[in-house]
Amino acid sequence: MNCEQQMRMLIEVQEMQFVALELNLYLDTHPCDKDAINDFNCAVEMLTKYKQAYEKEYGPLLNFGIGGYTDEAWQWVNSPWPWQL
Amino acid sequence: MWIYEKALQHPVRVSRPDLSFAKLVITQYGGPDGELGASLRYLNQRYSMPTGQAKALLTDIGTEEMAHMEMIAALVYKLVDGASPKDFEEAGWGGQYAQHNHGLFWTDANGVPWCASYIACLGDPIADLTEDMAAEQKARVTYEHLIHLTDDPCVKDTLRFLWEREVVHFQRFGEMLNTVQEHMEKKNMWCGCEVEE
Repeated sequence: MNCEQQMRMLIEVQEMQFVALELNLYLDTHPCDKDAINDFNCAVEMLTKYKQAYEKEYGPLLNFGIGGYTDEAWQWVNSPWPWQL
Repeated sequence: MWIYEKALQHPVRVSRPDLSFAKLVITQYGGPDGELGASLRYLNQRYSMPTGQAKALLTDIGTEEMAHMEMIAALVYKLVDGASPKDFEEAGWGGQYAQHNHGLFWTDANGVPWCASYIACLGDPIADLTEDMAAEQKARVTYEHLIHLTDDPCVKDTLRFLWEREVVHFQRFGEMLNTVQEHMEKKNMWCGCEVEE
């Protein structure tokens, strides 16, 4: 497993997820801010792209089927846990 | 429903194991101003909030606090990695080894276990949002104290990220307090009924 590439792809997900999270909290208190809604949707588009790319290589990021299809092997139990990376 | 994402919110790294600091930073796991209390406080207060906005904010910040709890757990896990019983004893944390070994437990920096009385829920949106703002400030100050107590730049990076989140949450709770106050002005403050005009 190419650990360096995995970390790089995971950081892309983490960074864009942070953008989406910050805009989400901002929109909770500023729900009519059109620019922020536009930024949020742009972040979601990028995040979806990064997540799909990561999950295609390294298996689901999310459990209970939300993270998409698994490989022939059950990747959830074998991919590294966050505190071990 | 909650879904687990197999990734930290922000990377957690340490330059070297440091049991003495693990003993201190554990307070942000299970101490009075730690992340367990923060997530439970907000997720529990949601039910008596008067507006969709306030319910959303408490749900979202409460969920983010769970991610912070996981970051602190990862930090402690890395700080105690490979430590022997003697290492625990020398760091003044022999009690941790005796009762929990390398397992985590919800305590503050003095070993006092987590307690539900650290959090409040009055069922009154003004009282509860004001408590939330105070909680964010107390967590901010605790992170500042912890930053003063470590010289590891990687650990400081993690603590600075968490420190900054407390500042942002305080800001958002302050905005929500104003919005909720405006909302409640439309109601009679004593009986909660609509004011007749």
